[in-house]
Amino acid sequence: MTSPVAVVGFAQSPVGVREDATTSGVEMLVPIFTEALGSCGLTKADIGFWCSGSSDYLAGRAFSFVSAVDSIGAVPPAMESHVEMDGAWALYEAWVKVLTGEAEIALAYGFGKSSGAELRRVLALQLDPYLVAPLWPDSVSIAALQARLGLEAGRWTEKDMAEVAARSRAAALANPRAQTSGEVTVPELLERPYVAEPLRAHDCAPVGDGAAVVIIAAADRARELRARPAWITGFAHRIDSGSLGARDLLAVPSAAAAARAAGAFDGAPAEVAELHAPFTHQEIMLREAMGLGDGVAVSPSGGALCGNPMFAAGLARIGLAAEAVMSGRAGRAIGHATSGPALQQNLVCVLSGEDS
Amino acid sequence: MADPLRAPLDIEFDYTRSLGPVLSEFMTGLAGRRILAARGADGRVHAPPFEYDPVSSEPPGELTEAGPQGTVVSWSWMPEPLEGQPLARPFAWALIRLDGADTAMLHAVDAGSAAAMRTGLRVRPRWAASRVGSIRDIACFEPCDAPMSAAPEPGAEAGAVTGIITPVRLHYMHTASPGESFYLRGLAEHRLLGQRCGVCGQVYVPPRGTCPADGVPTHEEVELPETGTVTTFCIVNVGYPGQRVTPPYVAAAVLLDGADIAFQHLILGCEPGEVRMGLRVRAVWDDSGSISHFAPAGEPDAAYESYARCL
Repeated sequence: MTSPVAVVGFAQSPVGVREDATTSGVEMLVPIFTEALGSCGLTKADIGFWCSGSSDYLAGRAFSFVSAVDSIGAVPPAMESHVEMDGAWALYEAWVKVLTGEAEIALAYGFGKSSGAELRRVLALQLDPYLVAPLWPDSVSIAALQARLGLEAGRWTEKDMAEVAARSRAAALANPRAQTSGEVTVPELLERPYVAEPLRAHDCAPVGDGAAVVIIAAADRARELRARPAWITGFAHRIDSGSLGARDLLAVPSAAAAARAAGAFDGAPAEVAELHAPFTHQEIMLREAMGLGDGVAVSPSGGALCGNPMFAAGLARIGLAAEAVMSGRAGRAIGHATSGPALQQNLVCVLSGEDS
Repeated sequence: MADPLRAPLDIEFDYTRSLGPVLSEFMTGLAGRRILAARGADGRVHAPPFEYDPVSSEPPGELTEAGPQGTVVSWSWMPEPLEGQPLARPFAWALIRLDGADTAMLHAVDAGSAAAMRTGLRVRPRWAASRVGSIRDIACFEPCDAPMSAAPEPGAEAGAVTGIITPVRLHYMHTASPGESFYLRGLAEHRLLGQRCGVCGQVYVPPRGTCPADGVPTHEEVELPETGTVTTFCIVNVGYPGQRVTPPYVAAAVLLDGADIAFQHLILGCEPGEVRMGLRVRAVWDDSGSISHFAPAGEPDAAYESYARCL
């Protein structure tokens, strides 16, 4: 079967704590819209459907995404939608819109000013509002519970986790948009203090603000716009139980199921996989759940551990995977996004240089 | 351009949630110092109980009591507790499997130090002195080998708990956009400042930084007079907490002279019934460097055609 939709454009803002940025994201979005549209010779008028991912809890105000629509230039009125999720899920909605023929070219964007409030505390509000959120367990502590389960089960060691951090930071040296990068040794990292035992600072993604945009097009348009579009050969998302204590926190069935449904296990293995792992042990879990062997370059951008703008980082993973295909660096690449506590929700997008 | 203005923004809201039959029974149990559990179709006992069985999707049968002692399944250490968390001194977060249950519940353990924590540690709930039917009726868990804290009063067998109230307080550092900052600094000098789009020529006040029609940054600055026209309005008759003006009063869309977009403001200084479309108004400044409201300017009404495109 030929792929009916391909990624044709991608851009992301530099990730960091941006004191000048508003929660509406407009300042971060306008330049990357220009960059992504320009990269495939499009203008705003060519976009048939826009879809954004962001969160009012990050912005601290209701309907905050509406202000971001200023950056679209929505006169005459545009067909537009929004998800209170990472922009990767906005891309999924856009993909469905193109599949159904309601739009030929669609643009998904995600943005987040993660530094507007104490992020790990704000994220407590994504938990069960009856039995868990009233205790205000923060996102780092919950990830730490998961990390310890794996440590004590012998699934990974603190050294394995530090190795993920060291590799990611070294890879990020080549990524000008990364928030954190550098040459660090594993013994050095292991001497540093815990922030939420058993997690150290290097095990946790830094808090950063940013935005990302991905443009997709129906097959005929994609061939006109790009010599080598990144064909979407599979796209799926799945969710695990919201009950942390009832889940097996050492398994990520939703990531494995999404990868299977997206065809990640079929055909030639991917050369590149950009994983959205905000914690070091979660990269180890995702590699296993998605069957990524040693031959796969995992998160060559440095991954979310070197820049994790909330609501944009997952979309950026797909954009980076698509870029690897469009540039010819990879024949097949996987973009992954996560959401919720302890890898509760997972999305997998498989991209290929071949349209079948 | 000067740096954007920034200011703390505190948001508080009491989330009031009603409970379904399962959580109502569970919360009522907590008020009475009992932790209830549900048995699933696969035989697994869930504590806290599920509302719908994750395997069969059926509601649970009769709830049974679990614990109250349990075993730590995993834990992490919280060296600097955050606002709202169960304990103000360093504590452990733990997944705790209560005796008789197969699933774990998340709560705090008052262990004193990380060195005292371990997987497999036996813990018991420390009940809050005052219990209302909330997960916080368990103040925290404590190691079973710790001295017993003073026993709280036995549970008042009040009626069924049917709802919970969760106060949420969040603290932001809000950053105004460059356009908003320019506008706010102008107000402090009793000047009304806007921006003109370089593509379509529309004047926006307050400035938006980006033209919503064209999606391009706006740079040209425009100063506007403090007079304008009421394009449309409503009479507010409904009271609400925090309201600053006693109803009835008028909220109106005011189109400043020279602007292409109206903004909302109060119209005071006349009877609500005297406000009409086309009414000419003038800004009334307050002492804090802002506009208190608009009041009739005493001019003849503006012609409908002069503001019709902004309706």
